[in-house]
Order: sequence, then structure tokens, then C-alpha cells
Amino acid sequence: MSSVAPVLIDGVIYSSWLFIIAVGLTLIYGVMRILNLAHGSLYALGAYAAASLVGLWFARGYAPLGSYAALAVSGVLVGITVGPLIERGLLRWLYGKDEIVLVLVTYALFLILEDLIKLVWGVESYVISEPYGLLGSFTLAGVTYPVYNGVLVMVAVLVAVLLTWVLARTRSGKLLVAVIHDRETAAALGINVSRVYLVTFTAGTTLAAIGGALTAPTVSVLPGMGVEVIVLAFAVVVIGGLGSLPGAALGALIVGLVRSASVHWAPQFELFAIYGVMALVLLVRPKGLFAGIEARKI
Amino acid sequence: MTHKGLSKLLGAVAACAALVAAPTGAQEMKPIKVGFVTFLSGPPAGAFGVPARNGAEIMIEALNAGSVPAPYATKGFGGAPLEVVFVDEAGGTTKQVSEYRNLVQRQGVDVVIGYISSGDCLAVAPLADELKKLTVFFDCGTPRIFEDASYKHLFRTGATGTMDNTAAALYVAEMKPQAKRIAGINQNYAWGQDSWADFEGAMRALRPGTEVATSQLPKLYAGQFGAEISTLLGANADIVHSSFWGADLEGLILQGAPRGLFQKSLVVLSAGEPAINRLGAKIPDGTIIGARGPYGPFAPDTALAKWFKTTFEDRYNVAPNYASYKAAQALLGVKAAWEKAQAAAGGKAPTQDQVIAAFEGLVFEGPGGRVAMSLGKGHQAAMDNAIGTTKVVDGKLTMTNVKRYPAAQINPPDGVKSEAWLKSGFKAP
Amino acid sequence: MSPYVRRHLSLRDPTSRMLFASLAVLLAAGPWLPSWALSLSTIALGKGLVVLGLLLLMRTGLVSFGQGLYYCIGAYAAGVLAHQVKVTDGLVMLGAAALASGLIAFVLGALLAGYRAIFFAMLSLAFSMILYGLLVKSSALGSTDGFNVDARTLAGLPYSGGASYALFAVATMAAFISGWGLHGYNHSLAGRIAPAIRDNELRVEYLGSSVRAVVHLNYVLAAVMSGIGGAIVALAVGHVDPEFAFWTTSGEFVFVAILAGTGSVAAPFLGSILFEAIRSFATQYSPNTWQMVLGVAMLAVIMFLPSGLWSLFQRRSERG
Repeated sequence: MSSVAPVLIDGVIYSSWLFIIAVGLTLIYGVMRILNLAHGSLYALGAYAAASLVGLWFARGYAPLGSYAALAVSGVLVGITVGPLIERGLLRWLYGKDEIVLVLVTYALFLILEDLIKLVWGVESYVISEPYGLLGSFTLAGVTYPVYNGVLVMVAVLVAVLLTWVLARTRSGKLLVAVIHDRETAAALGINVSRVYLVTFTAGTTLAAIGGALTAPTVSVLPGMGVEVIVLAFAVVVIGGLGSLPGAALGALIVGLVRSASVHWAPQFELFAIYGVMALVLLVRPKGLFAGIEARKI
Repeated sequence: MTHKGLSKLLGAVAACAALVAAPTGAQEMKPIKVGFVTFLSGPPAGAFGVPARNGAEIMIEALNAGSVPAPYATKGFGGAPLEVVFVDEAGGTTKQVSEYRNLVQRQGVDVVIGYISSGDCLAVAPLADELKKLTVFFDCGTPRIFEDASYKHLFRTGATGTMDNTAAALYVAEMKPQAKRIAGINQNYAWGQDSWADFEGAMRALRPGTEVATSQLPKLYAGQFGAEISTLLGANADIVHSSFWGADLEGLILQGAPRGLFQKSLVVLSAGEPAINRLGAKIPDGTIIGARGPYGPFAPDTALAKWFKTTFEDRYNVAPNYASYKAAQALLGVKAAWEKAQAAAGGKAPTQDQVIAAFEGLVFEGPGGRVAMSLGKGHQAAMDNAIGTTKVVDGKLTMTNVKRYPAAQINPPDGVKSEAWLKSGFKAP
Repeated sequence: MSPYVRRHLSLRDPTSRMLFASLAVLLAAGPWLPSWALSLSTIALGKGLVVLGLLLLMRTGLVSFGQGLYYCIGAYAAGVLAHQVKVTDGLVMLGAAALASGLIAFVLGALLAGYRAIFFAMLSLAFSMILYGLLVKSSALGSTDGFNVDARTLAGLPYSGGASYALFAVATMAAFISGWGLHGYNHSLAGRIAPAIRDNELRVEYLGSSVRAVVHLNYVLAAVMSGIGGAIVALAVGHVDPEFAFWTTSGEFVFVAILAGTGSVAAPFLGSILFEAIRSFATQYSPNTWQMVLGVAMLAVIMFLPSGLWSLFQRRSERG
């Protein structure tokens, strides 16, 4: 029976991973009201791009520590190329449509991206484990953890701090928040909603791709890795409240800790953990933990 | 017409008739259409589906060219060339049932070979007899197929999953006799649950004082095992068992090795052979690996095995894994049955019933060695198994302390269910 | 039954005429179809029933990502009766499926009726995944491998398997009765409140009707249809497994529902048959890229037929 410390540590590590992936999704939904089912494929794209770039890096024999920069760069590259491509190329034509139709569009996009990834990278799995073990490991509460996981936690915290600062202090951030609250009024006040959409979608995509890139050294990158992530990300977003940054953080933390506790103390319930938490939260707070006050139009 | 002209005409007609009636040297036999079902998309594709497809493809090409070593040197099946159509096994059991019907009725195949997923095998099994089409399962592991029912048109040329974990338990009991605490990390679906149950059952039968420290059951395709590995590290188990495959297996090795999991406990990977090709020297020394049969590094030193490995490597630049071997084995099994039936029918193309009769109880040679269709009333194959320990020598992964277990020791006798056999301590109740 | 509803159920109504005609055509064509086509059609009709339930919910303004729950309950009800209780009549299994789904929906619906939009969707998804988890844990029910389902008679008549005309006929009848019944229901009082709820719930409450009651009722009706659909598919395939409750299965139903459009009660069946056909041919002719083909086909329908496939059959003036 594990003590509390490993449960907390594992919980925080898992929560950080979840947060990086889910925060992009909640931003996109909050601003554009699109349930982006292709989020998982973008995560996978980031992982594949990282696999290729880091693989190339080590094949060319560059300094191993530079591979971390390669990871970050691949995530950002995927985000800033694929994001605008999808937004301008596909979504822009469909904004007036019903929310549920947009979900179908993102699902179709997910199917297409899955096969596209398979066509480009094949069905074989890619392994780029060097960055994972490079930084060594540390021991806490009798259990050994790789330093890489600590890096993951730091990145999550960094992302949270950065996003909070951008949304609260910069002009573009405040415009974004205005659009989240009320799109119509924001447009009436002269805010370029179309550009806000582009920026938001790109940011969300980049965050998903970075999540994928950071995950790549710890797993074996292969087709279908995006599917697993979709439901997890959605659950976190729903628990936290759609469009809420602190909601995504708290949601990720709760899910991570509950799952970790389940794995250590009651492994047979691990499958139910996330759905149980989601059902419980929704029972108590029907619109999620940090749901904003919404004006109801009669 | 003059007398001379008539005789010339008659002569020409006679010559034509003689030409048509004369038996041609090579009999033009109707091609045999094979439907091969394997995963071409989704996570199982990279791990097993495509390697199996490649194994089948290379075997079919070689059979059509007649380049397979003895005793399989005749072209195709008894001279009849083979055509193959591949079907993707992805999409779930409902879809696979429809695809099977399409294969048999729309595409008109003569034999169906395939199926990696046990769920698909269970769903498709009754259809073989309903549509009266010879069907051969080559990989799926559940023992339930021939333990819960019997079929006429269905065969399985791959051994069941029971022997993977029985052999693993026997090996562990031999190599680490003082082991008392076992732990497991298996995927939370039928395969993982059954594998763990088999391993735990076998260990309890062999070492009655065995205690289970923890049994982790992460979701299939979870990929990330941070918390699970922490729990295993804290559990202080002597043995850690895993039936993981694919990306989960690679993830476990990649995440567990830097954290010392493989030093703290003896790790047994009952279906770990494909990781050897993929991760090679990254696998820590002292890991116990099984290949679900005498495949890959455990393959016998026969001409057939060596030929298969070299031909596969030359073509695909990667060594074949057990899925590739089993796919080839299925094709050779059908060929052996076909040609046996053909010989019994005096050289004519045999009927399906004759092939089935020849297949029952057949003993044939595969790229992994001897295969005996001795279980499931002659429809289920039994093979020996081999388990070994890894050791990196000169940067390459090798298998040491390889132990082989005869089929009779690790498979329940015909008519006895695996579950009952394990519970009773390997005795027929 | 009000005369208004009666009129819409009679042959004076074009939709009812179309439904009767389709029933006649299908039942007549059945014996001539090869068994693979019979099997595919039966499965499509069963799944179409689930989508019909979704249509009802969508008319009420709700999208359920958890219909797989009842689809699975119906399938397992049929399966457990056949496997464990050794019942052999297919129609009894269908009845049990409807009953089981209805009862569970009555309980869960009381809770879910208070949720809307994505929260309704995610909560329904959560319940279906909880069932999935329970089934995976149950080794008695075969965990993820499931078990085979067999019937020996269908309403007393001999039954020869999942691709038999008997099952196809039963599926067609079930689809017809549900479609026709729903068409009538849509013109009844409760049925006409549904689109009002979708448009503006608050006003419906002000006008004196109970939104919660109607939503609850529609939820139960949708669940019963899904349960029957699940049992039909279970018999047609001859096998059940927990995948029936997985969220991707529910997602598939939602996508067929949106693809088909809400224009008519026949739309779900058309959409379902087309979806199965496209997927079947895509797998055969492009085994390595069938997902992409499906995705592109979906996008094409969304771009060019925004009201769903059914809008092809509607006169220009009717299109939304």
C-alpha cells in the first residue's frame, strides 16, 4: 500500500500533462464555441513531428541537450502551420452553422488527419527516448522519478502563468476575454472577431502540439494515439467549465489526483475514475466548476 | 471437293482434334482465392497487423514462385496459383461480421485466413459453419473458441494464449525458485485479464505460498504508466508480469527502465518478442521474454525457418516478429492439408470437405517448427513454447538461458478447459 | 388520439404513405437479396432505430453522446437471455431489451432531464462509459471479448441465423412501427412541444407546459428505440461485446443523425444504410485510407447539403 507522497507526485505529473493538452481545447471552445474533436489528431501531429525532428537531430549527431529545443520547436511549428491552415481553409466557411454541425466537421477532420498521418509516417511506431533519460532521475519518498517529468510540471506551470498574464495584461488577451463573454457585443464594439478566432485556434493547436511533442519521448508514437486523449481532454474541460483557464487547471488537478489515488490504492477502479469524477462534478455543479455567469436571452 | 482435298481436310481436322485432346504437360488449375484479414489501421496495425500481412504476402509470393524449401516446393497449393485479397480487421466485431460475409459471398474467396483480435474470432467462428467456408484463425489467443464449442469448417493454426503464461510461470519458478511476491501490469481487457489470471493461477499451482503485491490494469492503449510504475516500484515484488504488446509494451520499457523497475524486480514479458526488433539493446538485461511460441529468436535451426527469416529481412529491412511467423504458418498449414487431400484424391483438385478431413489432426512443419492439430477435436494447434532471458552482447540483444517446454506440458489436454486445468494444478480434473 | 394525429398516421399524409410503401418494397425485395445484403440491411435498420431515437432528442434540442448505453443494454439483455437464461425466442429478447432500456432510462432520465447542451452530452457519455467499465470488469460476461448470441425461434417461427429473412422482416417491421409511431407522436401535443423547447425553453414554461416532463419522456422513448436497435444488431451479428457502449459507437450514431438530417422519420434509416454502404465499399476498395474517404464524404455532405441528406428529397421551398 503506497504512502500519500507518491500518489501526490504522480497526480501532479499526470495533471500537468492533462493541463497542457486541455487548456488549448477550453480556449478554442470558450472563444469559438467549437468542440474540436480533431484536438487529439493535432496532439498526435505534434508527437510525430517531434519524433521526426528529434530523430533527425540525433542522427546528425548534434548536442543531445539541444534535442529539448527541437521538441519545443516541433510543437510550435506544427501549431503555427496547421492551425491557420485549418482555420482559414476549412472552419472559416462554416462559422454560421449550428454548433453540432461544427462538431461533425471536426470529427471528419479527425478522420482525415488520422489517415494523413498514416500516409506520411506509416503504421510503424517511432521511438525517441533519448531526451527522456538524458536529464537523469531523482528519488523522492523512496520512488525514482526521471527529471523529465519535473520538466513537464514546470512547462505546465509556465503555460498557466503565461496564459493568465496574456489574458489579463495584454491588449490581445483582453480582447479574447471579451469575445469569450459575448461575441456579438464584442463585434459590435469593433473588435476584429475573425482575427481573434485565428489567433485562438492557432494558440489552441500549438498547445495541443506541444503537449504531443513533450509526450513523444516517453511513449512509442503510433497511429491512434490521438483517440485516447480526446475524451480525457473533454472531461477535464467539462469539469472545469468551458472557456475557463483556472477551470482547466483545477479540473486537470482533480482528475490527475483521483486517477493517481485509484492506481495506487484501488487499481480495479481506474477505468471509472475520470467518468466518475465527471459525473460527480456535474451533479453538484451542472455547468462545471468555474462556469461563468451567463446572461439568458429570453 | 476432290478425294485428295477431302483427305487433306480430314487430316487437318484429325490433327486439330489430336492437339485439343492431348494432355498438356502442366495442368492449368483454377487459382485459389485467399481472403486474409488483419489489422491495417489503428494501434494493432504496427505491432502485429502489418507484420502479419507482410509475412502472408511474402509466403504467398514464394509459394506461387515455388521457392519455398521442402516439403513445400510445389507451386501454390498443389499446383494451383494463389490470389490474395487483404481486409482490414479494424472497426469492431459488428463490422468484421459483415466483412466476413462480404469476403465469402461478394468476393467469393475459397478460404479465409486471419483474425488477431479474440473478440473478432469469437464473433466470426459460427459464421464459418453457417456459410460453409474453410476458415483458419492464425493469431487470436482466447482458448474459448474450441473449448466452448466445436466447428467443422474452422481451424486455428496458432496455439492459444494459455501456454504463453503457463510456460512463463514454469520458467520463473525454475529460474527464481525463492520468488514469493508477484505483481502484474496488464492491459484492462480480455487478453490482459486472462493473461494475468493464467499467470497468477499457474504460479499459485507451482508455488503455493505466492502472494500478489499488486495487479495493475491500465486502460488499453493508455501509453503512459507513470503512476503504475510508481506503484510497482513501491510494491517490492520479486516478479513483475506483463502481457503488454505494441506501444504499451514499448512505453512500459521506455518509462520503466530509467526508473529502475527492471533492476528492482524480475520482469516477465509474456508476449514481448516484438519489442526485440523495435527496442533492441534498450531492453534491460535480465528481462524474461516470451514469443507466444517458438518464433523469432527461438525459431528452430531448420532450412524453412532460416529461409523465412532471410527472405523477410531482405524484403522489408526488419526481422519478422511472431505475427509474421504465425501468418506464414497458417498458409503452410492450409497448403499441407490441401496437398494431403489432393494426394488422397488421386491428384485431382480436392473438395473443401476433403481438405477439412485432411486438416483434422494434421501434423505439419512451420517456420517455428512442428505444429500438431491435436486439440479441439483436431481443429486447434498445439506447439512447444520457448522462453528466454535477454542479455546485450556487443551492443546487440541476445537471448540466454532459453528453455523449451513441450506442448503437452503447457497446454490442457483435449476436452479440458484451460481455466479448470490451471485451477486444478495442471491436472485433468 | 386526437383527429390531428390520426390524420397524420393515415395514408392521407405523404410521410405515412412513403413509410407504408417502403415497408412493402422492403418486405417484397427481401427474399431476393443475397444473404450478405440481408445481413448488412438488418444491421443498418437496427442502427437506424438508434439514430431515430437521436432524431427525437435532437428535435428537443438535445444531443446525446451516450445512446450507446441503451444500445448496449438492449444487446446484452438479448445476449444474457440467450446465453445465461437459455431463452430461445428472438422476439422475447427484443421485448426484454425494450423493457430493460426503458426502466434504466426512466431512472437516469430523471437526472439527465435537468442538463442541456454539452453538459447533457458529456454526462450521457459518462454513463455509457461507466457501463463500458462495468462490462470490461466482468469476466463472467467475457469482458472485452463478449460472447455469442443465438436465437432458435423468432415469434415462434424457426430462425436460421443473423442473415435470415425472418430477422430482416422483424427489423423492417420494428423500424416501420417506430418510424410511423414517431411520426404520429411528432404531431401530438407532447411531440409539438419538443421543437418549442429547442427554440426557447423559458417561454414554454411560461405557457404552462412542463419542459422537464417532455424531455424525460423523449429521453425514455429514445432509449427504448436504442435498446431494440441494439438487440436487433446483437441477433444479426450473433455476438455482443462492451464496444457497444464505447463513446465512439455513440459518436457514430450522432454523426449519422447529423448526416441524415432531421427532415423526416425516414431520414435516419436512409442515412444509416448509406453510411454502412459507404464504409463497406471504402474498406474494400481502399483498405488503407477508408477513414479519409469517410471523412471527405462527410465534409462534402456538410458543405453541399447543410440540412443533411434528406434535404435532397425535400422540395426547395421546404428546406430550412
